[in-house]
Amino acid sequence: MEFFIISMLNGLSYGLLLFMLSSGLTLIFSMMGVLNFAHASFYMLGAYVGYTVSRFVGFWPALIIAPLIVAAFGALFERVCLRKVHKFGHVPELLITFGLSYVILELVQLIWGRIALEFRPPEMLQGPAFTLINHSINGLSILWGVAPAELCSAADVAVRVVCSPFPATRGFMMLVALVMLVGVWLLLTRTRIGLVIQSALTHPDAVESLGHNVPRIFMLVFGAGAGLAGLAGVIGGSTFLTEPAMAATVGSVIFVVVVVGGMGSLSGAFLASVLIGVIQTFAIAFDYSVGSVAQQLGLHLSDAARNNSFVKLTLSQVAPILPYLFLVLILIFRPKGLLGTREG
Amino acid sequence: MTTQKISKPVNVGRWVTWGLFALVLAVAPLMFTSGLALTVLSQMGIAIIACLSYNMLLGQGGMLSFGHAVYTGLGAFLAIHALNAVSSGALPIPVSAVPIVGGLAGMGFAALFGYVTTRKAGTTFAMITLGMGELVFAMSLMIPEFFGGEGGVSGNRVIGSAFMGITYGPAIQVYYLIAVYTFISVVAMFAFTRTPLGRMLNAVRDNPERVEFVGYNTQRVRYTAFIIAGFFAGISGGLGALNFEIVTAEVVHAARSGAYLLFTFLGGATFFFGPIIGAILMVLAFVLFSEFTKAWLLYLGLIFLFMVMYAPGGIASLIMMNLRVASFGKLRQLLVSYLALTVTGLIALAGAGAMVEMIYHLQLSSSQGSEIVFMGVTLNTTGLDHWLAAALIMSVGLGLFEVARRRFAREWEEIQAFIEKQTNKEDAQ
Repeated sequence: MEFFIISMLNGLSYGLLLFMLSSGLTLIFSMMGVLNFAHASFYMLGAYVGYTVSRFVGFWPALIIAPLIVAAFGALFERVCLRKVHKFGHVPELLITFGLSYVILELVQLIWGRIALEFRPPEMLQGPAFTLINHSINGLSILWGVAPAELCSAADVAVRVVCSPFPATRGFMMLVALVMLVGVWLLLTRTRIGLVIQSALTHPDAVESLGHNVPRIFMLVFGAGAGLAGLAGVIGGSTFLTEPAMAATVGSVIFVVVVVGGMGSLSGAFLASVLIGVIQTFAIAFDYSVGSVAQQLGLHLSDAARNNSFVKLTLSQVAPILPYLFLVLILIFRPKGLLGTREG
Repeated sequence: MTTQKISKPVNVGRWVTWGLFALVLAVAPLMFTSGLALTVLSQMGIAIIACLSYNMLLGQGGMLSFGHAVYTGLGAFLAIHALNAVSSGALPIPVSAVPIVGGLAGMGFAALFGYVTTRKAGTTFAMITLGMGELVFAMSLMIPEFFGGEGGVSGNRVIGSAFMGITYGPAIQVYYLIAVYTFISVVAMFAFTRTPLGRMLNAVRDNPERVEFVGYNTQRVRYTAFIIAGFFAGISGGLGALNFEIVTAEVVHAARSGAYLLFTFLGGATFFFGPIIGAILMVLAFVLFSEFTKAWLLYLGLIFLFMVMYAPGGIASLIMMNLRVASFGKLRQLLVSYLALTVTGLIALAGAGAMVEMIYHLQLSSSQGSEIVFMGVTLNTTGLDHWLAAALIMSVGLGLFEVARRRFAREWEEIQAFIEKQTNKEDAQ
C-alpha cells in the first residue's frame, strides 16, 4: 500500500513537471503554430541560470529571477530570429528552434562546463515532506517530516515496520506546478490580456484589425512559455540533476506528451503528462519480465526461451520506451490525440 | 495520315554533368592519395547517398524528419549481420551485394514505421519521427543480441575468393565500390524526381488539399516516397557498415539524424544537388573541423541559425542566385561588395573566435596553462588585455560588416530589379 501511494505521488510529481514544460510548448504551438524544438533547452537554461543566481541571492529569489531571465531570452529570440522566418512557413520555424537547441547546448557547456553541477535545493526542502509508516499491527500512519529512527524499527522481531519517506522537493514540485496551472488558467480566462491571447489563437487577423499588436502578443507568449520552462528547470534541476544532457532526457518526452494529449490542447497536455509520468514511474518500480510472469503462472519455459533477450526484458528496462510505444498506439487508434480537436 | 516522328534533341548539358560527376568520382582518389583523404572520400560518398535520400523527404516531400538515422542505422546493422552470415557461409551472396541487403532492410523498416509516421504531415510528422528515433535508440540498448550492446557488431569484409583481384582488403577497392553505388544511387534518385510519383510528391508538399481534390491520396504518396527514401538510406548504411566493418548503436542515435537534417538544409533542400554539397560539408566538418576546434558545434549551430534566417535555400540557392546574376553580366559589380563582406566578416569572426576559444580553453583545459595559440597568435586567457583586444576586433569587424552589408543589400536590390525588368521585357516580346 505505502509503495503504491509513494509511487503514485512520485509519478504525479514527475507528470506535473512534464506538464510545466508541455503547457508552455502547447501554448506556443496553439498560438503561433510554432513547435518550439528548443523548449527543453529553455528548461536546461532555467536550471543553470537558477544555479548561478541562487549562489548570489539564494534559492527562493532565484526561483523568480531565473525564469524571468529565461523569459527575456526567449522573447529576445522571438523578436530577433523567429519573427524573421515566420513568413517562410512552419518548417523553417521548427528548423530555427532546432538550431537554437544546438546553440544553447553549446553555450551552456561553454559557460558552465560539461559535468553535472551540484545544484542543491534549500535546507527546508532537503528532507522528506512526510513519512508513511506501515506498521504490521498498528496499520498505516502518516508523519510529517522525518520519522525518528525508533519509530521505523520495531523492538519485536515479529512486528514489521516499513518507513517510506516522500521527498519535500517532489512535494514542492507538485505545489508549484499546481499553482502555475491555476495561474495560467486564471490568466487565460479571467483577464483582459488572456482574452486577447485566446482570440489571437483562432482569429489573429480580426484581433489585429481591432488594434491589438499581435506580433507583440506572440513575443510575450513565447517569452512566457520559455519562462515557464525556465521555472520548471529551476525546480527540475535542483530535484534531479543539472547537467548538459538534461534537455535531451525530457525533450523528446514532452513532444510525445503534446502529440498524445492532442496538438494545441492544454487539458490534453495535462492528462497526457500525468498519464506518462505515472506509467513511467510505476514501470520503473516493477521488475517483472515476460519470463518471470510466465513462471509465476506455472508455465514451464525451455532454456532457450528463458535466455531470449525479449523474454528476459523486465518492465523496468522497458520503461524508457513506454512513452514512445504509447505515442504509436495513440496515433494508430486515435490520431487526434486524447483530447485534441485537430486532425492532420 | 502520316504520323510525324519527333525526335527529342539530345540533352547535351545533362550528359556532360553526369559524365563529369562520374569522372570526379573516378579520379578523386588519384588526386588525393593519402590514407586520410581516401577515408574522407569514402565517407563523402556514403553521406551523399544519405543526404540525398533525406532530401527526398525534406526538400521534395516537405517532410521534416528527425529520425532518418533509424533507416541508415538499421540498414547498417542488417548489412553487418548479412556480412557475418556471408563469412560463415550461411548467405550465398557476394560482398558487393551486401549494401543491397542494407537497402532492403531500410526499405522494410521504412514500410513498417512509415505506416505510422506518414499518417501525419508537417510539424506532427516531425515530432513522431523524433519519437520513433528515440524508440529505436532505446531499443538498441535493450536487445544486445541484434545491436551488439556497447561494443557494437563487427565484421570482416575480406572474405571469399577474390573476384578479378577484388578482395576489398585495400581501402581503394572499397572506395570504388562506394563510388559505383553512389553514382547509381544519385542517378536513380535524380530519375525519381522526374517520375510522376516524384512530381506528385512535390504537389503534396506544396498544396496537399488540392492534391486530395484531384483524387490522390496524399498519405499514400508520402508513404511511398518514405519507403523509397528508406531504401536509399539503407544502402548508405550498408556501405557504411562495409567501410568501417563495425556498427555501433550510435548510428541510430538522434545526433546522427540531426546531422543529416542540419547539413541537408545547409547544402540546400530546394535544389537536387544541394544535399551533395551538404554531405561533403558534413564529412569535412566531422573529420577535419572537429579536429581544428572544440567549439565546432557552436559555430555550426550559429551558421545554421543564420542560414535559416537569411538563406533558407541553403548554399545551393546562394550559388544559383549568383549564377543568375552572372548570366545577366552583373556579377562583376558585386565583386567589391563581396570582397568587403568577406574581409569584414573575417575580422569579426577572428575576434569572436578568439573569445570563444579562450572561454573553451578556460572551461576545458585550463590546467594545461593559460596560453593558447589561435590563428598563429598566442593568447593569454588570464590577461584582460587579450580579452579586450578580441572584443575590440570583434566589434570593429561587426560594425564594418554592417556597413558593407547595407551597401551590398542596396546593390543586390538594384540588380534584382534590373533582372526583373529585363525578363519582363523578354516576356513581352
